[in-house]
Amino acid sequence: MQRIGVFICHCGTNIAGTVDVKAVAEALSHEAGVVFSTDYQYMCSESGQQLMREAIREHRLTGIVVGSCSPRMHEATFRKAAAAEGLNSYMVEIANLREHVSWIHKDMKEATEKAIILGRAAIAKVHLNAPLQAGESPVTKRALVIGGGIAGIQTALDIAEAGFEVDIVEKSPTIGGKMAQLDKTFPTLDCAACILTPKMVDAAQHEKITIYAYSELEAVKGYIGNFKAQIRRKARFVDETKCTGCGICTEKCPMKKAPNEFNMGFDKRGAVYIPFAQAVPKVATIDADYCLMLKNGKCGICSKVCGAGAIDYKQQDEIIEREYGAIVAATGFNPIDAKVYGEYGYGTCPDVVTSLELERLMNAAGPTNGTLLRPSDKEHPHTVVFVQCVGSRCTETDERGKPYCSKICCMYTAKHAMLIREKYPDTDVYVFYIDVRTPGKNFDEFYRRAVEQYGVHYIKGMVGKVTQNGKQLRVQASDLLAGEQLHINADLVVLATAIEPDKTARSIGTMLTASMDTNDFFTEAHPKLRPVESPTAGIFLSGVCQGPKDIPETVSQASACAAKVIGVLAKDKLTCNPCVASSDELLCNGCSSCEKVCPYGAITYTDKEFRGPNRTTLIRRVASVNPAVCQGCGACTVACPSGAMDLKGFTNKQIMAEVDAICK
Amino acid sequence: MQKMMEKRALELLADGTVSRVLGWSAGEFPYDMTPAVFETAEELQDGFVYNDFCGANLSKYLIKESRKEGKILVFLKPCDTYSFNQLLAEHRIIRDNIYVIGIECYGKADVEKLKAMGLEGITGIYMKDGEYTVETVYGSQTVKAYEAMAERCLACKSKKHVVYDELIGEDGEVVTDCNRFDMVEQLEAMTPEQRFAFWRGELSRCIRCNACRNVCPACSCEQCVFDNPNSGVAQKAAVNSFEENMFHIIRAFHVAGRCTDCGECSRVCPQNIPLHLLNRKFIKDMNAFYGEYQAGEDPDKKPPLGTYTLGDREA
Repeated sequence: MQRIGVFICHCGTNIAGTVDVKAVAEALSHEAGVVFSTDYQYMCSESGQQLMREAIREHRLTGIVVGSCSPRMHEATFRKAAAAEGLNSYMVEIANLREHVSWIHKDMKEATEKAIILGRAAIAKVHLNAPLQAGESPVTKRALVIGGGIAGIQTALDIAEAGFEVDIVEKSPTIGGKMAQLDKTFPTLDCAACILTPKMVDAAQHEKITIYAYSELEAVKGYIGNFKAQIRRKARFVDETKCTGCGICTEKCPMKKAPNEFNMGFDKRGAVYIPFAQAVPKVATIDADYCLMLKNGKCGICSKVCGAGAIDYKQQDEIIEREYGAIVAATGFNPIDAKVYGEYGYGTCPDVVTSLELERLMNAAGPTNGTLLRPSDKEHPHTVVFVQCVGSRCTETDERGKPYCSKICCMYTAKHAMLIREKYPDTDVYVFYIDVRTPGKNFDEFYRRAVEQYGVHYIKGMVGKVTQNGKQLRVQASDLLAGEQLHINADLVVLATAIEPDKTARSIGTMLTASMDTNDFFTEAHPKLRPVESPTAGIFLSGVCQGPKDIPETVSQASACAAKVIGVLAKDKLTCNPCVASSDELLCNGCSSCEKVCPYGAITYTDKEFRGPNRTTLIRRVASVNPAVCQGCGACTVACPSGAMDLKGFTNKQIMAEVDAICK
Repeated sequence: MQKMMEKRALELLADGTVSRVLGWSAGEFPYDMTPAVFETAEELQDGFVYNDFCGANLSKYLIKESRKEGKILVFLKPCDTYSFNQLLAEHRIIRDNIYVIGIECYGKADVEKLKAMGLEGITGIYMKDGEYTVETVYGSQTVKAYEAMAERCLACKSKKHVVYDELIGEDGEVVTDCNRFDMVEQLEAMTPEQRFAFWRGELSRCIRCNACRNVCPACSCEQCVFDNPNSGVAQKAAVNSFEENMFHIIRAFHVAGRCTDCGECSRVCPQNIPLHLLNRKFIKDMNAFYGEYQAGEDPDKKPPLGTYTLGDREA
């Protein structure tokens, strides 16, 4: 029989405000096996821990139940306190009376009743707990960064600077991401390329960084310290090691019909192309959808003109396998497809563009060499209307848009408006907004400059409709402050479209077993206190994949993320979780169900000799678990049809005992 | 058919390819066709029977038989080959010790249906041109095959052998328009109360003889959870009739994704509980959630409940 101590934490008023903690301690003191039961204001405090340690000594406790916050907060604290008194850490169980009770209930009677039930379940479990010993596992001192935008680059640079190897996997032919497409950056108006490309070069030249551009993550296995990733290096049809990036192939390619994605499709590129002048790696890529040679075997000009002999039409996708200690998701974002907002005329009126498209139309390296010309007739626009919050801040039921604020649009629209007024003072600029949100260093000053110095017309209200009206666009809108309908004849309409996580994020998140929210943003381990870690150990988050961010925020988060990764890689050994699976060989059928579901490859099968009836020997195929590899996810225990697999610390019996205690 | 099978079995026994034959012999009554192992030519000539009462699926017997010395010959109907493959996928049988002869099948008779028609003293049966000729001590009688055929055969999912070393008779095709989910759909259309009442009615007849479990090729555990005092469910199932009903629900969960829908559970149930409907509900749901999957069709194919793809439904 265990000698169990029960400690009910008030958590200030967090728990005690809704739960009658004294009544819970009283009720649980009558449970079988409980020899000590008390309540205390802050169990996690030094004195709270001291109270627990004294009770362990005095009452010779063999098991502990703490009724407190989520085990994610303080399980480690209480385990350490128990261990300090020589009690095995795994004899401590937490009944979550805060997140599961006080924070979600209003009625004290109900909450108290539930707290007692959860306490009983924890006591029932402790009765079946057994001491467990944790082992150790080594750490592979290399990190993988998924995504080569500014977030990925910054994280990689910081990890590499600490002396660890980093691989960047980028799906497009070059690193640089969205920032490479931008013109100027707010609030300082320095050119994006001028500040980004030195970082790209740093990454390329860093001896600790390997860039796998035009590559995608194929599969990931393993756990913190010991991930195995398969990376698909997509066929560029150009030998990266030979290509000098001279660009002669791109000039001579006769197939100039491919839409240039870097310029948002405003112009065409060749079937063989280098996305932009400062691309890293500066290597040509052949677009198999357009290349005449790859499509019908007729052409081959690039191969003839290439002095380096780098063109290889027979190149195949290659899968490489690498080991990592930590993985960073830096998968970034995309603007949503503005076509879903038919009322704004995007996709039907050529002079309705998105903000990212405007970046290219204003960029010196863009299709118009930086002169603002409208797409339809290449004329200079004299009236420009900006529409804010296109697809952002929508109601939950709006299927076209997103419920969140995309955060960057207010600032870049102010930037666009200001730049247009600065370069073309003869242009009238209107901005329709719901709210202008400019928190951030020097942000509000920036916005006010747009209004006060540059005379941008900010109008509170939404645009209802944009229609083609001859050569112009007719913008129907409401001015909420003046309470009137407006009709503006505009030459160019710019939509500040919402941003959403890159489409690949969901599948990568699934591969990494990293949780995501309903909008496909990665979830943090704690929204305030662990903002750059995923709840999955060893997976870290950098940039917009975790939530909308501007460049300064992205870069600081990227560095924070790197610090967390370095913290893992700097360790030689990690303490393993002793809650691992084990197989009861007498029950095991050898059916392989567990082996098939194990995400870590921890289960193997061997033929073993068993004693049969009448002194015979039977050879049976049975499962065995490698405890160093097992992560205790429990998938095998539910897959096993005969109940031979069980998880230490969470045995079927323990869980059923908890359920029975709750249902009693 | 019986003659051809017997001849081939004798040949294989004689040339030493196999040392034993797994087939059927008559049980207490001439229509109670029981799985039997024959070790000599004499035993085979004396006892081996094959007719339209031989519904029993022989594959499960191979779990024990394939572990014995020497090779065993087994006769498998198309539906039995699915169970065979499933057992193979689960490493429950040793393929190298088995010689499979696939035998054609056009549906087996349900003796209960014949009895209900008033036939007595049944001694034999054969099928010709869509009719069963039933021999009785009072002479023979013909009935339309579909009137006397087992339910599982009327809803036959496949006349194709998915595994065999040789065939006797014709190999058929997978039946694409079988109506095996019709009854499941009817149950789905019921209100929860009606459905609960339906299953309570059916399952309350259970006498816990364990015949369904013992015959089921998917129930091949070394020790069933219901026989394992440590499992926490063994004694619980005996507490009251509701917990006893849970025996069937738990069993259906345990075979979910592995059940080939061979229908043996319902065939052997002495209380005529339509147990196969539980399994079919699982199969239907899995098809809807994870795409069409037939357990046992291909032993190398990944089972939907035992594998995970990025496209899996998350809720």
